[in-house]
Amino acid sequence: MGQPRVETQRPVSDEVRKTTCYMCACRCGINVHLNSGKVTYIEGNRDHPVNKGVLCAKGASGIMQVTAPSRLRAPLRRVGPRGSGAFEEISWDEALSLAVDWLKPLREEAPEKLAFFTGRDQSQSFTGWWAQQFGTPNYAAHGGFCSVNMAAAGIYTIGGAFWEFGQPDWAHTKLFVMFGVAEDHDSNPIKIGLGKLKARGARVIGINPIRTGYNAVADDWLGITPGTDGLLILSLIHCLLAAGKIDLDYLARWTNAPLLVNEAEGPEKGLILKNAESQPFVIDKRTGMPAPWDGAGVQPDLGAVWQGHRTVFQHMAERYLDEQYAPEAVEARVGIPAARIRALAAELARVAFDEAFELPVEWTDFRGDRHKTMLGRPVSFHAMRGISAHSNGFQTARALHLLQIVLGTVEVPGGYRLKPPYPKPVEAHPTPHFVAAAGKPLSGPHLGYVRGPENLALKEDGTPWRIDKAFTWENPFSAHGLMHMVIPNAHAGDPYKVDTLFLYMANMSWNSSMNSARVMEMLTDKGEDGEYVIPRIIYSDAYASEMVAYADLILPDTTYLERHDCISLLDRPISEPDAAGDAIRWPVVEADRDVRGFQSVLLDLGVRLGLPGMTNPDGTAKFRDYADYIVNHQRRPGVGPLIGFRGDGTAEGRGDPNPDQLQRYIENGGFYQAHVPEGAEYYKPWNAAYQDWAVATSFYESPQPYLFSIWSEPMRKFQLAAEGQGFIQPPDHLRAQLKLAMDPLPLWYPPFGEDAAAGYPVHALTQRPMAMYHSWGSQNAWLRQIHGKNYLYLPTKIWEAEGFAEGDYARVTSPTGEIVVPVAHMAALNADTVWTWNAIGKRKGAWALDEGAPEATEGFLLNHLISELLPEKGDGHRWSNSDPVTGQAAWFDLRVKIARVGPRDHSEPSFPVLPRVVPKGRARG
Amino acid sequence: MTALPRSTEKKLGLVVDLDTCVGCHACVTACKGWNDQGYGAPLSDQNPYGADPSGTFLNRVHSYSVQPEEGFAQTINFPRSCLHCEDAPCVTVCPTGASYKRAEDGIVLVNEDACIGCGLCSWACPYGAREMDADAGVMKKCTLCVDRIYNETLPEEDREPACVRTCPTGARHFGDFADPDSKVSRLSAARGGYALMPEMGTKPVNRYLPPRKKDRPQEASLLAPLLDIKASGFAGWLDRVLGKMG
Repeated sequence: MGQPRVETQRPVSDEVRKTTCYMCACRCGINVHLNSGKVTYIEGNRDHPVNKGVLCAKGASGIMQVTAPSRLRAPLRRVGPRGSGAFEEISWDEALSLAVDWLKPLREEAPEKLAFFTGRDQSQSFTGWWAQQFGTPNYAAHGGFCSVNMAAAGIYTIGGAFWEFGQPDWAHTKLFVMFGVAEDHDSNPIKIGLGKLKARGARVIGINPIRTGYNAVADDWLGITPGTDGLLILSLIHCLLAAGKIDLDYLARWTNAPLLVNEAEGPEKGLILKNAESQPFVIDKRTGMPAPWDGAGVQPDLGAVWQGHRTVFQHMAERYLDEQYAPEAVEARVGIPAARIRALAAELARVAFDEAFELPVEWTDFRGDRHKTMLGRPVSFHAMRGISAHSNGFQTARALHLLQIVLGTVEVPGGYRLKPPYPKPVEAHPTPHFVAAAGKPLSGPHLGYVRGPENLALKEDGTPWRIDKAFTWENPFSAHGLMHMVIPNAHAGDPYKVDTLFLYMANMSWNSSMNSARVMEMLTDKGEDGEYVIPRIIYSDAYASEMVAYADLILPDTTYLERHDCISLLDRPISEPDAAGDAIRWPVVEADRDVRGFQSVLLDLGVRLGLPGMTNPDGTAKFRDYADYIVNHQRRPGVGPLIGFRGDGTAEGRGDPNPDQLQRYIENGGFYQAHVPEGAEYYKPWNAAYQDWAVATSFYESPQPYLFSIWSEPMRKFQLAAEGQGFIQPPDHLRAQLKLAMDPLPLWYPPFGEDAAAGYPVHALTQRPMAMYHSWGSQNAWLRQIHGKNYLYLPTKIWEAEGFAEGDYARVTSPTGEIVVPVAHMAALNADTVWTWNAIGKRKGAWALDEGAPEATEGFLLNHLISELLPEKGDGHRWSNSDPVTGQAAWFDLRVKIARVGPRDHSEPSFPVLPRVVPKGRARG
Repeated sequence: MTALPRSTEKKLGLVVDLDTCVGCHACVTACKGWNDQGYGAPLSDQNPYGADPSGTFLNRVHSYSVQPEEGFAQTINFPRSCLHCEDAPCVTVCPTGASYKRAEDGIVLVNEDACIGCGLCSWACPYGAREMDADAGVMKKCTLCVDRIYNETLPEEDREPACVRTCPTGARHFGDFADPDSKVSRLSAARGGYALMPEMGTKPVNRYLPPRKKDRPQEASLLAPLLDIKASGFAGWLDRVLGKMG
């Protein structure tokens, strides 16, 4: 019998449309294949800078997202009690009129009564601009409960962060060390990079309590105790200093190590010493005399003492040489033997210094000094939420940047490289803007970088301007706002009450809040007057998430294949170290429901409200829709949301709006790249060629060379205030916290709440699964077959001590909550840590899933164990469970105790079934 | 009973690098997406939004905890799909000839027109690599993307299995094991590639690269302190360290 003939020449599709994925924050390029106008297959775009053709499990399941039964179908108005799910479908005109009825009086009388917060928004430069035109100070996205520690510590120290704002020099690095990295940010690029390292046998070290994913393939694993990474890092710095294995030349040239710290008692103590022109200076080794910090040929002396003032270098070395940072002094606390800490320090030093290399690339620095080569040190680091989601996360992230700095591995070949528009120092960022005035726009962007107490968002009476209390003494550097405090503060009327809560893609009644059950109550609580404490809630989402039931007005968004978007250099671009990059989404299929892209809806609403910037003098719309805005909006003359194909189509970075711009992006695969010129690829903060290119490409208006901040002057200014210096003074109850947390040199302190956690010996963490991200993919028919149920993973020590067996449940108790959840054994885990996959648990009735879906019966959230406030201290204050520098939600400080309860068939707490706003899903779409 | 070819011209198959696979499941859904619209019947799902969702996948990833005798416990991510065995028991057991191994390239395929859905092949496969599609009632399995690898309507660089094309870490490689100079043959030879359960006598074509040795004891290169800091004090340390600058 002959073999059957197999058809091997079938064309995949009759059309390929290239756009940008939205299944997480990676923003990979995708080829969407269509047959007769219907999406039939999605694969990675090989030309795209982010993913270079590959695609993760989520991206390759995007087709199930576009056909999901949980898609909202039309605008909805609440007609029964909040949370009852009683809605009626209304027209867009009715929906927008209703929103205008609510919002217009607020703008005219008290714009701060609108709190507009966006969750997994990828258009923050637009939504923020809209809120600015409205005039409310109450705008932020979700960074406050995500990873603002990572962003802010990076900006304040090296002018750029980990996250997706930089990456190791994958081509040259020989040793790659990850701290607290699960598989979310920056997902596909890190996987691609790890693959490159593995292919050439480079070393990978994972420092994480949990050995999964990237840590599973790491050559060495250090299963650290959660919350102690900062202590480990400072111990490594101790070892390197003691051995003299530090890059003195790098420290002297590119950091503020040679600047002098003012030692004189008084209001300037601890600030960087300035000359008569208010400029910092160094002592030139050639003359022993003061010289400009940026002077040509100057050789800064790290060991200088001038008129009793010592260098930053000496302060730094003195602190970390102290025996409290010796490996033997920290080993018990970090859970790693001293010998391993010393061995890691030795390996870092060996690779950084013994395997240093030079690239034959000539370059000129900002001082005008010419360099024949570029020195490389092939050690690189990456870190994410494992170090940042703690109340000591800001200082820990700063400590890690200091470790990179003393090894001389930032912005050098083989080290960590920032992606344009970074590097960018604090000074090149705006300060926060927050002064609300009736009927007026805000004077500038909401979110910014505070330089000192004078930038805090405080009214004359000392109360916060913002509902989330961002930029206050409680968390001065809250550069992303505090989304997790919005509902609790609005409910408590602290600092004031709001009228309308307007949310976009933020699942606040479920996995995006701490203490979800209490938040549900806050959303439905009524005051003595019988009105809701939070009077109005407008919500926009594409799917029937848990939050929908708690809104009064639903503005249904499109899926990612049905919309325009821009991934902008003004926001969170898709750059590579060697190229600035941005991208678009465009409707590769038309929506088959009565839904609209949220950004176009905001513009429409803005015109109806008469907001400046989007309304012509005659009251007509300045922009037809979001696509029109993307092309024609100018943030500064010649600078708009997209850098590519400007002007006549050839201009890059700066240029007039080009009506063909979106079409040119589409023809180019949906993205644009502006390449860093040769000789400008490394040493970017100090490289004259890079600085000139950055100005030409519109990142800033003049070159911005700067020194890395080992000693943070903005932080010291807050410490000074806490010590009683200056006119702007913190409340007394926050002085001790500010003195500790705003230390100008990185330090470690135990995570807050440890005292209250005395009877709770176990650390509890969550990780994002690689095949699921937040709740975006949770109703995805394919992905839920991979992660449809989560377990609490228990280490061998707890598993055996409590006599657990397969099929068991455990009672997990924290100082503020209790859950009963299914457990499983996992050996490759820190002995005092338990963990689970994040956001698998669903509320019954949400996401068009069956009430009996495993996500809703056995699946669970740890959120119920975490409060947005620390336990009361009896001092009358509400102490936020957040990092005291940035306000980042301290999810990973969670401590619990575990008890076996035997087999069960459902998790607790169990909530009533959410009324359905879309029919239950049956067959695959 | 269905006969196997005496030999095949090529031995097409995969190398899966267990030292590099992070267990992300990208290959799982890329395979599902391609084969849902590719060779044969779609890969159906049952109760996709229900209490007990299930569906047909040609490639799945399992994660295992491994506790070595010495050292720390490890997590191994293990992708599992058809190994395109030279002595494929799933072929010889097939009563209708639907299951067959191609003479030209060694790919094991199911001719769905001839498949009666009896499931014998699935029982015969020691690797659990076949799944019966509940909607179509036919046996589904990895085709090595036979409708991609020869498909001249695709750019040449895309003529590889969907799982290989999508793998973010590059842990999957496709090629001809009959050619000792092919990328897969060389990679397998260099990294100790092994066949799964050779004792079964199925002679799998696919190879797995074992994880490199982990948590190896560090070389005894502890950092020597510059000098006795306690004795010399901070000033002594500073002089010494800055003296190095030259």
